[in-house]
Amino acid sequence: MQFPILSVIVFIPIVTAVIILFIPGERKNEVRVTALAGATLAMLLSAWAYFSYDIPASGYQFLEKYDWLPSLGISYQVGIDGMNAPLVLLTGIVMFTGVLISWGIDDRPREFFTFLFILATGVFGVFVALDLFMLFFFYEIAVFPMYLLIAICGWKETREYAAMKLTLYLFIGSVVSLVGALAMYFASGLGTFDMLALEGAGFSEDFQRLWFPFVFFGFAVLGGIFPFHNWSPDGHVAAPTAVSMFHAGVLMKLGAFAALRVGIMLMPEGAKFHLPWIILLSLVNVVYGAYIAMVQTDFKYVIGFSSVSHMGLVAMGFATLSRSGLLGAGVQMFSHGVMTALFFAVVGMVYDQAHTREIPRLGGFRKVMPVVAIAFIIGGLTSMGMPGFSGFIAEFPIFMGVWSSHPWIAIVAAISIVITASYIMRIVGRVFYGDLPEEFEHHVRDVTTLDKLALVLLSGILIVVGVYPSVMVPLVESGVDKILALLGGV
Amino acid sequence: MDFFSNNLLTLTLFTPVLAAALLFFIPSEEKRLIRWFAFILSLIPLGFSLALWFGFNPGQTGFQFEEKAVWYAAINSSYHIGVDGISLTMVLLTTLLTPLAILTSFSIEENVKSYMILFFLLEMGMLGVFVVLDLLLFFVFWEFGLVPMYFLINQWGSEKGEREIFGGHKMLARTYASMKFMIYTMAGSLGLLLAIQMIGVVSGTFDMVELFARWPSMEGTLFGLSVSTVKAIAFWAFVIAFAIKVPVWPFHTWLPDAHTEAPTAGSMILAGVLLKLGAYGFLRLVLPLYPAEAKYYASALAFLAVMAIIFGAFASTGQDDFKRLVAYSSVNHMGFVVLGIAAAAFARGTENATIALNGAVLQMFNHGLSAAGMFFLVGVIYERTHTRNLNDFGGLFPIVPVYGGILIFTSLASLGLPGLSGFISEFLVVRGSWPIFTGYTALAMLGLLFTGVYILKGLRKVLHGPVNEHWIGHLAEINGREIFVIVPLMVLILWIGVWPAWILDVINRAVGMLF
Repeated sequence: MQFPILSVIVFIPIVTAVIILFIPGERKNEVRVTALAGATLAMLLSAWAYFSYDIPASGYQFLEKYDWLPSLGISYQVGIDGMNAPLVLLTGIVMFTGVLISWGIDDRPREFFTFLFILATGVFGVFVALDLFMLFFFYEIAVFPMYLLIAICGWKETREYAAMKLTLYLFIGSVVSLVGALAMYFASGLGTFDMLALEGAGFSEDFQRLWFPFVFFGFAVLGGIFPFHNWSPDGHVAAPTAVSMFHAGVLMKLGAFAALRVGIMLMPEGAKFHLPWIILLSLVNVVYGAYIAMVQTDFKYVIGFSSVSHMGLVAMGFATLSRSGLLGAGVQMFSHGVMTALFFAVVGMVYDQAHTREIPRLGGFRKVMPVVAIAFIIGGLTSMGMPGFSGFIAEFPIFMGVWSSHPWIAIVAAISIVITASYIMRIVGRVFYGDLPEEFEHHVRDVTTLDKLALVLLSGILIVVGVYPSVMVPLVESGVDKILALLGGV
Repeated sequence: MDFFSNNLLTLTLFTPVLAAALLFFIPSEEKRLIRWFAFILSLIPLGFSLALWFGFNPGQTGFQFEEKAVWYAAINSSYHIGVDGISLTMVLLTTLLTPLAILTSFSIEENVKSYMILFFLLEMGMLGVFVVLDLLLFFVFWEFGLVPMYFLINQWGSEKGEREIFGGHKMLARTYASMKFMIYTMAGSLGLLLAIQMIGVVSGTFDMVELFARWPSMEGTLFGLSVSTVKAIAFWAFVIAFAIKVPVWPFHTWLPDAHTEAPTAGSMILAGVLLKLGAYGFLRLVLPLYPAEAKYYASALAFLAVMAIIFGAFASTGQDDFKRLVAYSSVNHMGFVVLGIAAAAFARGTENATIALNGAVLQMFNHGLSAAGMFFLVGVIYERTHTRNLNDFGGLFPIVPVYGGILIFTSLASLGLPGLSGFISEFLVVRGSWPIFTGYTALAMLGLLFTGVYILKGLRKVLHGPVNEHWIGHLAEINGREIFVIVPLMVLILWIGVWPAWILDVINRAVGMLF
């Protein structure tokens, strides 16, 4: 029997969380070191799984299956393919960097890291689950700690409101998709939640057309699809920095990924029927999200809405149902995750020093924190789709996919590139360049070495994928082949 | 040695990145070390491109020094590079101007390290555009060059001057100029990006060599429109992107701001190389990909070119700012490049077309030399006087005789004095276009007349007339380092002016192959 690497990855965070609970709350450094050890291990193992995936063999690898509740056809089954391997790696990276930049948290770090790590287990679980029941199980594990993290550790002004709004949206979404999932369970007649079996269940066309929107939108709420996106900027803003990183970097991908895995892959006929109009919603996401980001004055809201805009491109890539569109969407999920984690880390660092996020009040931060400024510029260029960074590698094929099915939408969506450029340049100009306002001159200091390490890692990944796409593209491509096969070679 | 000869082009392209990476590890306080290190490293790409130049076989058809490697296999884009006579000339120009620009930048005191790193990244971006043979990578390098240039203007640009933007809001002139440069160019490249995506989807490849063979002859319907309509739209998307960069009237308004506000070395590269990217785009992509559309719309392009020549000259004459005067002269001179290209597109395959195109390519090279020289000389005097206002100078010739002599020489090259390089190329363009667009060419000659006016105006206001007492004893003569920058440019200007065959031979054969 091979080493159960995926299970180990899934359960490392929760085991770490339990260990942290046994450390007395006032011994903060022990808590931090334990958290860092757990996160490092999880990241290294996810990188190992990513790089040892056998691309020519494709399909699900590192499979594990144990019966859990055989009478209902529920089993614990995990595996990765080309679509979710990058996402597992992404989660590992965001977890590691999230712990690094949370080092300075002084208010109840024990509780903070415990919840954060339970959340991480949920996220890893959803990405690797191959059983529908397990997927929901982990999904709820991922959503619930979010409520506590925002409501307890969040920004004092809006945390109760945002936490409530976020949780309600996501629970309603998951209930709706659960209904769809149960419908599939009963209609298949197979008596199993095994997604590999359900892929071949052969649901009738009418069934798929009826139930596809339930499953797809239920999950897509978490992916931030218009018009169900407005929990997300509020949630991002209210959350503490590491949680925002997780939230925008990983959690939104959870929604998009589950919509793909459960919605599109299990009900391909439904997808073909509905996605041509869903692409219009994603177009609204892309352009309108960018526009709203442009008019915000709160630094963190700008980034929050930019996530809405960029996640719209993922949905758009899915909706083309073409090889290049799906490929781009797969890479975009990873690229956006790293990029937005970087953005939120930067916002957090600026806020920690300035105690304000109002863009007009900031300025000149390049002088005190040069590394942060460079990291933000790299992230910003990625966000603008500048060639040489991973965003270009992801967005270019998405646009190609859109060209082949809806040429006019490609032209309209391209407007978002200009809008994105304008808000990124505005932030770079207003926050990092210009003169440092007097009120900050004395108490603003540079960030710590740990923060810098996190930023260098995140921005380095954006460049590596951008310059040498072969580290990721062939892998994602092998996952796309499988989806295309399910779609009947569209 | 095999490694070197097989990868010569890749080495030329990526040595600047390597140089930037090495500079990164030098502590930023070591300004002297950084400057000298940067200068010496920048000579390496020049060495490589000289090796390319001498290893190049002008008689051979097709691209040389070709290399191909996997880059983005999923969408059939590969790292395919190679040069022909046109791109090789441009590579030589880029690698020649970069060390000179770096030498000019020795007077930069602030953030020297970041400055030099950005300069090397800029060089890589420009070289990339000239050598790639893959449409997607062309775009990658095309866009990439923008970023360092934006920061060079934004951070090291002139510190004086404010611009009022809408709503009475004031901003630093260099911020304004860099924004304008970025927004103009990005807006242009947006259409280019969409057109490239569309071509990629329709033809399934980004390889230029394959596209040259397949795309022009494609027929049928696309997206519910006839292919010829789609091609016409894509043609304009390409043309506008390149026209902004050249720049062709009426897309030129970013240029005077960017050139004026950029640091001296930035202006040298901007005028010397960056503008050529646009013209190169016309030659490398528009003419081969859209021969029919180019012919159809050639007279419109020629009209714009003539407008650029005339208005560029008029605007230049009207300036009181020495640097702005030189900036507008670029619009004027680049108009001749576009005129030559338009003429060649219209009368494809004729002898006149070949002559016009030869002139256009040589003009790209020559303007690179003279414009870089002019901006350098403006920078030299600005560093000493901290003013660019022509009315503040006057009668400086006796105070700085060497500088004055050099300025006259370079200005006359820009004016097109026979015996200097500008004359050869402008004559070729005019000679080639005359039978094709007689009316337009005649109008362009009028523009040429005003070229003389503004050049002489500049010379008179700076060097002649009553001596401005203020500068006596306060104006130092051009120093050794500065002479070292300008001498190679002067030598080349004179050499091409007297004996142009060595470079025209390479260009001529490449142009012949283009058709």
